[in-house]
Amino acid sequence: MSLLVGSLTIGFILSLLALGVYISFRIFDFPDITAEGSITLGAAFTSTLLVKNLHPLLATPLAFFAGGLAGAVTAILAMKFNINKLLAGIMTMTALYSVNLRIMGRSNVPLMNERTLASEVETLSHRLLGTTTVSVLRWEVSAQDLGQLVLCPLLIALVALVLYIFFRTNVGTAMRGTGDNAQMVRAQGVDDSTMIILGLALSNGLIALSGAILAQYQGFADVQMGIGMVVWGLASVIIGEALVGTRELDYTIIGAVMGSVLFRLLVAIALRWGMNPNDLKLITAAFVFLALITPKLVPFLRARKRRFAHA
Amino acid sequence: MLEINGVRKTFHAGSVNEVRALQGVTLSIQDGSFTVVIGTNGSGKSTLLNAVAGSFLVDEGTLHVAGRDVTLWPEYRRAAMFGRVFQNPFSGTCPQLSIAENFALAARRGFRRGLGWAVNAGLRRELREVVAGLGMGLENRLDTPIGTLSGGQRQALTLLMATWQKPKLLLLDEHTAALDPKSADQIVTLTENIIVRERLTALMVTHSMQQAARVGDRLVMMHRGQLIEDFAGERKKRVRAEELLERFEELRRSELLDESAAEMLERCYV
Repeated sequence: MSLLVGSLTIGFILSLLALGVYISFRIFDFPDITAEGSITLGAAFTSTLLVKNLHPLLATPLAFFAGGLAGAVTAILAMKFNINKLLAGIMTMTALYSVNLRIMGRSNVPLMNERTLASEVETLSHRLLGTTTVSVLRWEVSAQDLGQLVLCPLLIALVALVLYIFFRTNVGTAMRGTGDNAQMVRAQGVDDSTMIILGLALSNGLIALSGAILAQYQGFADVQMGIGMVVWGLASVIIGEALVGTRELDYTIIGAVMGSVLFRLLVAIALRWGMNPNDLKLITAAFVFLALITPKLVPFLRARKRRFAHA
Repeated sequence: MLEINGVRKTFHAGSVNEVRALQGVTLSIQDGSFTVVIGTNGSGKSTLLNAVAGSFLVDEGTLHVAGRDVTLWPEYRRAAMFGRVFQNPFSGTCPQLSIAENFALAARRGFRRGLGWAVNAGLRRELREVVAGLGMGLENRLDTPIGTLSGGQRQALTLLMATWQKPKLLLLDEHTAALDPKSADQIVTLTENIIVRERLTALMVTHSMQQAARVGDRLVMMHRGQLIEDFAGERKKRVRAEELLERFEELRRSELLDESAAEMLERCYV
């Protein structure tokens, strides 16, 4: 049961990553791999602030701005200096590795004894429920886990709603238009470079926020925690699109969140069944590969089948 | 309204693919005129329009719009003054956005874009009315993605978008070339109606001699990156498509002569 609760909670936390990846890959059609660095940046930045005794409610949102800066750097490299988009992301990601080490001062910052969002939730749920464990459907669940499982979706729902509203405003519509047809939005007087810089800032801000919350949930920030996160986020987005079956804005935002939670659950089940955790990234990459080629493969196989039937 | 002064542009300069697209073009367009640019393939007529719109910066010469020097302005900044319709119907619209959202983008042309609701009730009401005027039945499909519409429908909507905020200059780049004859006719009629009704200044590029002879109040011919003819006033009214065709035929023949003469000389002396 605690495995289930834990996976759901992490799934919700990582849905911020999925939303960030959705914005860069889907809305802007920008293969931004800064995410690997910015999720760690968020974790490192917030953890360091927490160690310095800043209140978690203040330290966590600040991660958004740190990540936003990282995203803006990638976009400026790509748009203002005309560097290949993938390369721009790789450069920022590589630079961030050093930046993250500098921020943390070492490769790992433990948060076990700090005041974090997790410890706040623990105190809060104990006070509300008056006990440390609760019985849900005859399973014993710690009050803290339950509190986190309730609060995370609420936070995500709030972020998703704000995003949805934002993408319906004039600026948000201009951003979506930029990813759709840059020539058209330029002809309507929109500075498409600025839109992409703002958009990647938003995307990486969300991803850093995801890292900041994840670090507090798992009790440490680690300089390696970002590895494979872009593919992870992409897998969530793809699952989400399959779940909602449309690319319309309102559904895809919900889809990205659902995809993230479902993907984390699938991974938890696979690990429970004895999958070697070391194989996780290989299998995630293979999964994304399959998801990417399936839409192309199906018509191809059909056409081939028809040809053989005629022959 | 528009002053093009000695504009030159060479693409891929110094390489084997060097194209001298504009070789010193000077053209002055009066407020309220409807000028048609005609020319053969590769004559530089679309390049001229794109130079005005700011798709690239020119190598030499200056561009003034409404008295302001826009030679170094980026494309998006000039767009505040221009309405644009492209040759490719896909270029002027965002396929994944709805009809209404596309218009919401156009409605803020030349204005700051803040956090106001893009498709608001006022825009929707106005939009229904204007789109109904097209007689295409699109007023009931304002929330469908614009990518699901036909090329003709998208081009008609692009034209409405380009003129939603009255532009100082309307730039039309062979905007009927990619359409079937019937749609092309509809779009030409619509274009003329809008230009007359809104009293717009327009610059239209076309490769159709019939269209060039029929519409507009001034006609300029381009060849090899230069302006070679300028029909205005009464001369424009009298000009017929056959005449234009003859003029181009003349050019072609004189060039053939040049080429064969060059070849002959080469055979004799090389």
